[in-house]
Amino acid sequence: MNKQPIDSIIASISQVILGKDKQIKLSLACLLAGGHLLIEDIPGVGKTTLAHALATSIGLDFRRIQFTSDLLPADILGVSVYDRNAANFKFHPGAVFTHVLLADEINRATPKAQSALLEAMEEGQITMDGETRELLRPFFVIATQNPTHHIGTYPLPESQLDRFLMRIEIGYPDEASERALLKQAGGRDKTNDIIAAADAATLLELQRDVTGVHLSEALLDYLQALLRYSRESATFNIGLSPRAGLALKASAQAWALIHGRDFVLPEDIQAVLPSVANHRLQPVNNGEKVRYASELMLRSVAIP
Amino acid sequence: MTSKPFPNDSNWLLASLFTVMLPHLGHLPFWMWGLMLLVGTWRFHLTKNHASLGIWVILPIAAAALFGIAFSYHGLFGRDSSVALLACMLTLKLLESNNRRDFIILILGCYFLTVSLFLFNQSIFAGIYVLLPLTLLTCTLIGISHPNGQLPPRFQIGLAIKILVQGVPLMLVLFLLFPRISPLWELPTDAYSGMTGLSDSMEPGAISNLSLSDATAFRAEFKGSPPKQNQLYWRGPVLWNFDGRSWKMLNQNVDLSKETLASTGESVRYTVTLEPHNKNWLLTLDMPSQLPKDATASPELQVLSQTPVRSRIRYEAVSNLKYTLSPELNDLERIFALQLPDHENPRSLALAASWKKANLSPEAIVNKTLEMFRTDKFYYTLKPPLLGVDPIDDFLFNTKRGFCEHFSGSFVFLMRASGIPARVVTGYQGGELNPVGNYLIVRQSDAHAWSEVWLKDKGWVRVDPTAAVSPDRVESGMESLSIGSRALPIFERGDHPFLRNLYHHWDAINHNWNQWILGYDDKRQTELFELLTGKRLSWEDFTLGMIICVSMLSIPTYLFLVRKLRQPVDPVLRLYRAFQAKLARKGLPLFDHEGPVDLSERAIAHFPDETGTIISIIQHYNKLRYQSQFDPVSFKIFRRLIRDFK
Repeated sequence: MNKQPIDSIIASISQVILGKDKQIKLSLACLLAGGHLLIEDIPGVGKTTLAHALATSIGLDFRRIQFTSDLLPADILGVSVYDRNAANFKFHPGAVFTHVLLADEINRATPKAQSALLEAMEEGQITMDGETRELLRPFFVIATQNPTHHIGTYPLPESQLDRFLMRIEIGYPDEASERALLKQAGGRDKTNDIIAAADAATLLELQRDVTGVHLSEALLDYLQALLRYSRESATFNIGLSPRAGLALKASAQAWALIHGRDFVLPEDIQAVLPSVANHRLQPVNNGEKVRYASELMLRSVAIP
Repeated sequence: MTSKPFPNDSNWLLASLFTVMLPHLGHLPFWMWGLMLLVGTWRFHLTKNHASLGIWVILPIAAAALFGIAFSYHGLFGRDSSVALLACMLTLKLLESNNRRDFIILILGCYFLTVSLFLFNQSIFAGIYVLLPLTLLTCTLIGISHPNGQLPPRFQIGLAIKILVQGVPLMLVLFLLFPRISPLWELPTDAYSGMTGLSDSMEPGAISNLSLSDATAFRAEFKGSPPKQNQLYWRGPVLWNFDGRSWKMLNQNVDLSKETLASTGESVRYTVTLEPHNKNWLLTLDMPSQLPKDATASPELQVLSQTPVRSRIRYEAVSNLKYTLSPELNDLERIFALQLPDHENPRSLALAASWKKANLSPEAIVNKTLEMFRTDKFYYTLKPPLLGVDPIDDFLFNTKRGFCEHFSGSFVFLMRASGIPARVVTGYQGGELNPVGNYLIVRQSDAHAWSEVWLKDKGWVRVDPTAAVSPDRVESGMESLSIGSRALPIFERGDHPFLRNLYHHWDAINHNWNQWILGYDDKRQTELFELLTGKRLSWEDFTLGMIICVSMLSIPTYLFLVRKLRQPVDPVLRLYRAFQAKLARKGLPLFDHEGPVDLSERAIAHFPDETGTIISIIQHYNKLRYQSQFDPVSFKIFRRLIRDFK
């Protein structure tokens, strides 16, 4: 297991996103676990920068779609146009044909456009005009959204939220980081300075490594205890799905790998749980407490 | 848990049932052997074919068996028929045992039946044998109770033995402390049939039959060295009445005054362990000067217990070998001591009359008679010829071959005919010293009869006419006799020293078994605890003590088991919990949702001095617990680190 590329990737992103070590690692873990990432936060905290930096540092193609209310599925997937010279339809691939796709402000688009992307995310392929087209591998969607109560948004339904492996929040930077940010000359332009620390092949290899990280029986017990709690506790309307369980496992494995271990610790599970579980759980007492749902779970379930 | 037992369990049960029934076969009627065989085979096939029988098949069989037992034993009460009933019903229960509950009932019943073996046989062999059905029954119970059903037999047997061994402390407590309240510890009366021993009458052949039995009559341990062989006269029933053929004890209503005993010389103190013989007499050496506890003595100094001896008892007595018994003879005794049937045995009467006419002194007559036995070709034999109408005449003048009862009987007859008061005393003579345990074994074959004559100023004097004929019998014991010794049991003969030695060892073991296991009754219990505590404890004390001991054994066991069940099986986790406990003792609060790394961070913050150890412990823990491969070296370090962590 080679930890060096991971460290380099983190180092390069850290140059751009200051003081957000945990978020950087979580998003990288999400990428390594082969899932898609949803970043939810208010505008201007660096969602797009993080997505861009992540893509660049791995050396992958990066495309961005700004989701708006008039976005059509064809804008995302591509369109077949009649080519008069060749006398047939020619497919013009959409933004989805890339390694890293930034779906900016995904909740501003209509559900129809949203679901077009979400299907592509899930299947890893798209079907147009009766023809199935494979997407690139790795394929990684980073979607950002503003908190749902903002004006002019179409909140993603639970079923679609479940397709995102993680949902993270970035939050305001701390004092020191903000100061450093303010001192910096150029701001976002720094993203262009990032040099690729890895390539697609390395990423695929790392993704394979993740699946090889050992998860002991004791921790499987722990995982199941957590899932059971989410389902049996009166705190939640809907518990975690089996897909959520798999997501939790893969994330914890990726988290362990990022920390240079080939085995998972209970803390790995605890570290990724909020990002994996919070957007899937629906507390009975909806509202403010959503963000603490996983905190509640962690405190209630003993480590076997 | 399924309620259906596995075929395995059924076969285990059949095997254990076989071992439970086996020792009982001897006292069960023949038809039950057939029934058991039939039912066993039937069960085997039912299991094989996963079939079961309806109640209408079993009920008639059970009813028939019930009648069969009532018929065979003439009733359903008492030891034999109750045990047979239990055995029979348990056998039949096999047919309707289809689920776990039936099996468990059957097994519990079998435990009971196993114990009932001791109603018949209390030997060491029985004690050892019982371990076999006990183990097998426990195996079956384990098999039935185990959720996995099919277990490897070795595991099952091992676990059963372990469980039984674990029960030993409890068994000891119950054995030592359980109060022996009398009605609980007695056998039903039909258990005493067939006990051998001296009878209350003597006729030709009675004692020689007894002589063929090698059964132990009693064992005696002496304080100090035992008396010489020819002084070992163990006094039993004293026989006065002669009806021409048999000698009998005096009627109990006859109120003789107590004979006076003046003992001289050294007294002998000894403890007798008497085998049950269903009679009241206790054997003591001639003459008892200090009676066993709770015993009485008849006027003629035969020692009697208050109730028939139905279980092995132990008593202590003191005797004086030199004594003068009743120097004055009262009239009533004189009448009984001279009583003879009229007109029988005329030749003997004539012989006595001739001595009387010659005006011989009583001593001279005694000596003359003994002289006659010694010189007139009398033989001592275990197989005397049958005697005719006048048995004394026939013996004295024709056959001249006899056993001790012939000699003592005819001697007393001659004495009485000559006007000398005389009586027959039965009992045992001699005994074999077991060098292994240093005690005397007295067997039924040592049964003996001798005479006592009353002489003026000397009182009742013991005369053993057998000694005149066959001095060896009295000097060295039965086994020294060459006449008819082939009829003696092999262990008693002198010609197999190895077997004899083996026998002595075996008897010593048996003696201890009797003394300490079977003979542990209320008296011994009280004695033992008097010795230990210095106080005489009542049965209430024993009950209380038993309850306390049992609780002291079982409560810690229970707590231990509960703790063990709560404790993790994984040794790594167990050590980690110990580490957590140590941290908690040092004042660090624990949270069960906290992972090891978080814990270590908090611990380091609390105890910065221990940083290195804590980090190292947690590193090893994480590796050992969560890594795919177990590293024994790491485990050792981990264990040492936690052990040394203070």
